[in-house]
Amino acid sequence: MNGLLDILIDIASTPAILVALIAVLGSVLQKKSTTDIVKGGVKTFVGFLVVTAGAGVIVGALEPFGEMFKVAFNMQGVIPNNEAIVAVALDQYGTSTALIMLSGMIFNILIARFTKFKYIFLTGHHTLYMACMVAVIMSVAGFTSVSLVLLGGLVLGIIMSVSPALVQRYMVELTGNDSVALGHFSAVSYALSGYVGKLIGNKEKSTEDIKFPKSLGFLRDSTVSIAITMTVLYTIVALFTGSAYIQENLSGGTNYLIFALQQSGSFAAGVFVILAGVRLILNEIVPAFKGISDKLVPNAKPALDCPIVYPYAPNAVLIGFFSSFVGGLVSMVIMIFTGGVIILPGVVPHFFVGATAGVIGNSSGGLRGAIAGSFLQGMLISFLPLFLMPVLGELGFAGSTFSDADFASSGIILGSLANMGGKTAIMIGIAIVIAIMLALTALDKNKKAVNAE
Amino acid sequence: MVRFGAACGSGLGSSFMVEMNIQSILRELGVSDKVTVQHYDLSSASPGEADVWFVGQDLENSAGHLGDVRFLKSIIDMNELREKVTQACKDKGLVG
Repeated sequence: MNGLLDILIDIASTPAILVALIAVLGSVLQKKSTTDIVKGGVKTFVGFLVVTAGAGVIVGALEPFGEMFKVAFNMQGVIPNNEAIVAVALDQYGTSTALIMLSGMIFNILIARFTKFKYIFLTGHHTLYMACMVAVIMSVAGFTSVSLVLLGGLVLGIIMSVSPALVQRYMVELTGNDSVALGHFSAVSYALSGYVGKLIGNKEKSTEDIKFPKSLGFLRDSTVSIAITMTVLYTIVALFTGSAYIQENLSGGTNYLIFALQQSGSFAAGVFVILAGVRLILNEIVPAFKGISDKLVPNAKPALDCPIVYPYAPNAVLIGFFSSFVGGLVSMVIMIFTGGVIILPGVVPHFFVGATAGVIGNSSGGLRGAIAGSFLQGMLISFLPLFLMPVLGELGFAGSTFSDADFASSGIILGSLANMGGKTAIMIGIAIVIAIMLALTALDKNKKAVNAE
Repeated sequence: MVRFGAACGSGLGSSFMVEMNIQSILRELGVSDKVTVQHYDLSSASPGEADVWFVGQDLENSAGHLGDVRFLKSIIDMNELREKVTQACKDKGLVG
């Protein structure tokens, strides 16, 4: 009997098997054929192992970076990149991440069913990353096993339903209809950009009126843009660290600049591998999630990945990226002067988040709105991680961290609650948020009833 | 078997949505057993992997090498997608 229990525990502690079972469950619920169920389960299983492999590569490249930065500048340098920080966390938190993700999706459906926040969050990789962050923060706060999964899932479900709501009015303005929402965990920065656009923008002059050089399109390719920016970053840091230190302690004798190139390339390679693995995992899980939520909450809006807004304003995409990146550089300079942790501008967040902020800023305030909105949110996503890292436990000392605004915002709230009153404070916080959401739902129903009379 | 491909910058979110939407349109047209649909990220997609590609117009400059590409003004507009998928099916002789 004990042997069987041990086996079950081992299964539950192997995240790769867990996510495969989640995919199988999803396929079974959708009444798929046996071959499809088996295929889906196997691909998901392998996918998680691919992610683990990529994680190893990234961690291997990040550690020397952190060490070089400390030696060179006597400060902690952090590159915000979701794939990288999840890679670091996966070793210890893989199981809780998988279980919280499943639990979070269930709660997303329940919240969409019973409250006015009718959004189904379909950007799977963000769900996975947010599940990871919630797993880390709540574990550090003291939650374990069942309560960790249930409450963590509830927190994730709330974030999944509320994040799209923050941006919806700008989405309606941009797309001209209310049937699709934005599912990307930087809603706080998008709302900021849209607000700034409205405040100081000029809708007459749009970003699309400018003639833009088409050659910059290569930045859309993450692998290329990460490899290039990481090479620049690693090389600069290596130059300041000096060849002696690197060749003695890190590279085993290899020339220090070649070493920098090897490590920066490995970083890009690691991200590529992780994304490939995530694609395999989500291939089965997201359609299952969508299928089930379609049946249970038919009037819900799908919240989709940020590139859905890019075709509306392709110039704003690039303008938003540059403006956000400049915001990141300015923030970095400020941090250098104030000392402590330095958040380096991460090309991935500044591209995807900055681009989206640019499109939204343009939609509410034209060219001025796009530039100002992206710049300000670029600073926001640079400073927010400073306040997030202290609540991540040991992960706060890694060379990377979560990059988008909603990660930092939710993390800071959760972490602050934990610091104020541990698990109890978090539970009270969750209860209050749910109460507010239910109250807003009731108010909304009342309004509709009054209007109908 | 005709092969449709949806491609986007990361191969994760948007191309996935387009793939699922294409599949539901193919079911509407009654030809879902004659077409396979897959999603790809632009950097690893090669022209031989699909007969017809669907890509958002903001990626116009990066997708030329794929061959027969139908660009979408909006990757969430079902009407535009339905129009373009139906046209692609007509071009491949799947519908009249």
